[in-house]
Parts: sequence; structure tokens; C-alpha cells
Amino acid sequence: MLSFAATILLDGISYGMVLFIISVGLTITMGLMRVANLAHGSFAMIGGYIAGYMTQRGYDFYFALLIAALIPGILGAFAEVTVIRPLYRKGELSQVLLTIGVVFVVTAAVTEIFGAFPYPVKFPDYMTRPIDIWFRTYPGYRLFLIAIGSVIALVLWYIIDHSLYGARLRAAVDNSRMAQAVGMNVNVLFTGTFVVGCALAGLGGAVGAGILSPEPSYALKYVVLFLIIVIVGGEGSFKGSFVAAMALGIIDTVGKYFFTEVAAYLLYAAVFVLLLWRPQGLLPPKSVA
Amino acid sequence: MTPAKPSTPAKPSIAPAVAASGTGHYPLPIALAGHALPWLAIIAFFFFASGGGYLSFGTTIMIWILFAMSLDLVLGYAGIVTLGHAAYFGFGAYVAGLCSIYLTSDPLIGHAIAIVAAAVLGLVTGALILHTTGVTFLMLSLAIISMMFEFANKAKDITGGDDGLQGMKVGPIFGTFEFNLFGTTAYVYTAVVLFLWFLIAWRLVHSPFGRSLDGIRQNARRMRAIGTPVWWRLLAVYTISAGIAGSAGALSAHSTRFVGLDVLSLLTSGIVTVMLILGGTRKLYGAFVGAVVYSVVQDSTAKISPNFWEFIVGGMLILTVLFLEGGLMDIGRVVRNFIAKIAKRSGVA
Repeated sequence: MLSFAATILLDGISYGMVLFIISVGLTITMGLMRVANLAHGSFAMIGGYIAGYMTQRGYDFYFALLIAALIPGILGAFAEVTVIRPLYRKGELSQVLLTIGVVFVVTAAVTEIFGAFPYPVKFPDYMTRPIDIWFRTYPGYRLFLIAIGSVIALVLWYIIDHSLYGARLRAAVDNSRMAQAVGMNVNVLFTGTFVVGCALAGLGGAVGAGILSPEPSYALKYVVLFLIIVIVGGEGSFKGSFVAAMALGIIDTVGKYFFTEVAAYLLYAAVFVLLLWRPQGLLPPKSVA
Repeated sequence: MTPAKPSTPAKPSIAPAVAASGTGHYPLPIALAGHALPWLAIIAFFFFASGGGYLSFGTTIMIWILFAMSLDLVLGYAGIVTLGHAAYFGFGAYVAGLCSIYLTSDPLIGHAIAIVAAAVLGLVTGALILHTTGVTFLMLSLAIISMMFEFANKAKDITGGDDGLQGMKVGPIFGTFEFNLFGTTAYVYTAVVLFLWFLIAWRLVHSPFGRSLDGIRQNARRMRAIGTPVWWRLLAVYTISAGIAGSAGALSAHSTRFVGLDVLSLLTSGIVTVMLILGGTRKLYGAFVGAVVYSVVQDSTAKISPNFWEFIVGGMLILTVLFLEGGLMDIGRVVRNFIAKIAKRSGVA
């Protein structure tokens, strides 16, 4: 019984890690610049497709991951300068619409290039094998996800909580006008953060391809999940999005094991109730709370 | 009720928006011609297309127009940014479909029940979520439509799940006008319903109530300060709009005798929003232009490549947001301003 519970917990955590890697960039951009970016899932999708393309052609898995992070990062920089930047001055409606437009364009391009079917990533052999952990054997891939997710979370936590860049970022999220007034270049800060967020999304899409498989409908299908994490965690809250991602991963996994019939809407119902109870999310940044 | 005294004092900040949303600044004959144009086009299409197989295409477009118009009330006039409006469209479609299977084959009764059901759903969900704004509201609207989609997907006994709702029996309208193979009845029926809803919507947005929505969109806090019951106004327009969306859903169910799961999908919400934005918000006629342009573009580009339309529509959406905020309805003004600018510059030089 205990080992079963632990298995579910591990499943949930590894799933949550994927969600966290993908959505952490989104939480910072939404918290910092208040852009409702529905196109974030497209960057994860692009990352997944790149990893799939390269590993199927025999390139090294980790090299593929690097490229899968790099290209979405570059595309993110391009998108930020061309279409996202004019959005800062506009309302939410324009932001939602334009980013949906981006989703449409990316979806069409991906279908055109890779075809309309799921495009699997070929993981290294040692990940597809079950590995013995003391109470049972467990898929290596899931352990890899937990490992890489933990590393990324720790690094990000260190940067955000203990570096000058992190202090600036937190200041800008809490009050961007004040940050600007004391001489910070919030625009550059934002562009940099946006690019890193897109690169992380690409990486998350690549490593998470075993759970959220790259397919043309990816960008529209999963963006709701990513948004849920951001909103539930509190826009701009790094810790909040980690907690929300873990909770969502575990709740969804428990739901799939025990309440197969109602799992899908149980999750949305939970989000619904939670947002009615706390419209600002679980752990909103200081200025919002 | 005397319309002479609006419940909200006329403020200078509201006046331009109201003027722009009406056609008052055109001479009467041009304004009348402008109003007649879409309806004449609908009538003309009936006679030109009834020979070919395009009549059902016209019916589909009119259903989209009605759906987009209902969204215009909420999103355009009241400024509620939602992505969950297909929830009411889909609910209306399913209610109409289920009515025709289990209750009565009379389409008018089914239609009325669908409208009421969708409006009640709008009232209940709106009452729950309308106190939030911005991204939180957006998220809640997404949660609602996702829940409904998953429910319809799982409840195969009721909705047919993935396969869609089949076995609808749709009787003749008023007991005489049978829904025939050529789709003439469906076309006329849809056109009449669209016209009636348009009159109601037009009256609504040009009433003091409509003006108060304009004010709420521009500055909800100030409207609250001058005594407008903001939440109630928003709830009222949300409920009405949900009812209209449900009506569009019922028309879709009756005219095709089928309800697919995709009526409740996020993509449907997205498409109707695209149509509205493309045509232009806060004009009611924007829905007409947007739905026609979108459908024609989708239909013609889908022949080139099955997913090319997504590319085109996405591109149109990006360009509209960046350069044409008033939508295609606004293109005349944009071009005029552009020409005036050029003329001024060359005049100065």
C-alpha cells in the first residue's frame, strides 16, 4: 500500500516537474509585464518537436536538449521584439488575441513541417529501462525528470533569491514603475527573462515529451494547464508556480488512478473553486497580496 | 421607461465611443443603405445559392454571425475578456439536440428551451465569476469550458461523447416547413432568427443600459462611484449574451441534426473571437463582416492545404491586433486617415 502511494507520488512529482519547467517562464513574464501570453505553449511544442526530430536522426539526446532550448529562446527573442513588445501598452484582449494568433501560426507551421501525427522523442536506453529504487523498480525516465526538474528549480531559486539579477527581478515584479524610477532598465530585464522563459519552455517540452507528447494540438491543448499553474500559483510568484505545478501533477495523477471517469473535470473544478476563493492565487507576490 | 434620461450622466469620455458605435455621423440615406446591405446580401445569397450546394454554407455563416454578435455584447460592449463563450453555444446545441430526441421534435420549442437553458447557465456561471477581472476571469472562463468539454466527452450515455449526438428528430417549423435536403428552410429560419436577435441587440446597445456598459468598459470604478450597479449590469448582459449564444447553438443543432463534441471546444471559442475581432467589435455588424471573411478564407484556403487556413487566420489576427484595432469594419477610416496623412505631408513639403 505504502509503495503504491509512493509510486503515485513519484508519478505526480515527475509530471509536476515537467509542468514547472515549462510554466516557470510564463509566470515571470505574466507577473513582470502583465502580458497574458497564450503562446507560451507553442515554445514548449517547438522544443518537443526539435528534440523529436534530432533524436530520431541519431543525434545525442543531451545535444538535442540544448538545441531544443536554444531555438525557442532565439524565437522568443524574435517574438518579444516584433509582436510582444507592442502589447505592453495594450489591453488584455489584444494580448490574448495576438498570442492566440501566434499559436495558430505555429500550429500550422508545425503541421506543415512534421505532419499531423504525434512526433515521439527517442529517449536514451537507460531512461526507457526500469531502475531499481529500494521498494520497487521505477522507470528511469521519470527519475530523470525529477532530477532535472529539481536541479532547475534549485538553480532558479538560488538566482531569484540570492543574486543581484534576482533581486532586480523581484523588485520589478513587485513594482515595475518604482524599479524603473530607481534606474533599472526593466525592458532589458524583461527581454532577458522572456528569452530564458522561452528556452526553459523549449527544454521542458523536450524532456517532457514522454508525458506531453508533441503533436499539432499541443500548443492549444496544454496552454490551459500552464496558465492554471501560473494563475493558481500567483502571477509572478516563483515559489507559487512550483507549489502549483507539484499540486497539479499529483492531483491529476491521483485522479487518473482513482477517479478515471471524473479526473479531467475534477481538476478544473478544483481550479475553479480555488480561484473563486483566492482570485490572486495561492502565493501572490508581495505587491499583489 | 423613458429613454430620454439615461441612468448614467453623459460624460465626455463616453460620448466619442457611443458616437463611433452608431452610424449617426453618416447622412441618413447612406446610413440606411448601410443597414440594408447585410440583409439584402443575405436575401440575395438565398436566390443565387439555392441552385448550388452552398446554401448550408450560408446557414453556417449566419449561425457564426449570431454567435459572434452575442460575444460582441459581452466582449465588445461590456469589455469582459472571455475565452469560454462556446460553453453557452455548445450547451444550447446539446440542449436543443437532447430535446429533439427525448422531448419533442418541434424545433421552436426545443429552440426556446435551449435559449432559456443557456441563459440560466450564463446567469449561474456569470454570478460566480463576474466579480473577478482580467486574467483570473479569463482563467475561470477557460475552466468552465474545459469542465463542460470533459463532461460531454465522458458522459457518453447522454451526449454520445466523441461520436457526437446522433438520432435527432427535427420536425417541421409551425408544423408546415420541413427541414429539407436543400437547406432552404434552415436558411430562412436562421436568417429570421438572426434578424430578430439583431433588433434586440441593437435596441439593447443603444439604450441607457448599453451606454452604462460602455462606461463600465472604460472605467468600472468611476461607474461604481456614480452609482451604477456594475456587477448587476455585467451579469445582465452576460446572461442575455449567453442566451443568444445558446440560440445560435440550437440553430446549429437543428440545421445539421447533429451535435459534435467540438461545439464545446476551446477552438470554437477562439474562432468566434477571431471572427469578432477581425470584423470589429462594438458595431454588431462587425460580426457579419468577420464571420463572412473568416468562413470564406477558411473554405478557400482549406482547399489548398488542410492546415493552411490556420496559418492565414493566425496571421490575420496578429496583423489586426497590431495595425487595425477596429477590425475590417474600420478599414475605411484607417485608409482615410492614412491618405489624409500623406496628403498633409506632401502639402507641407
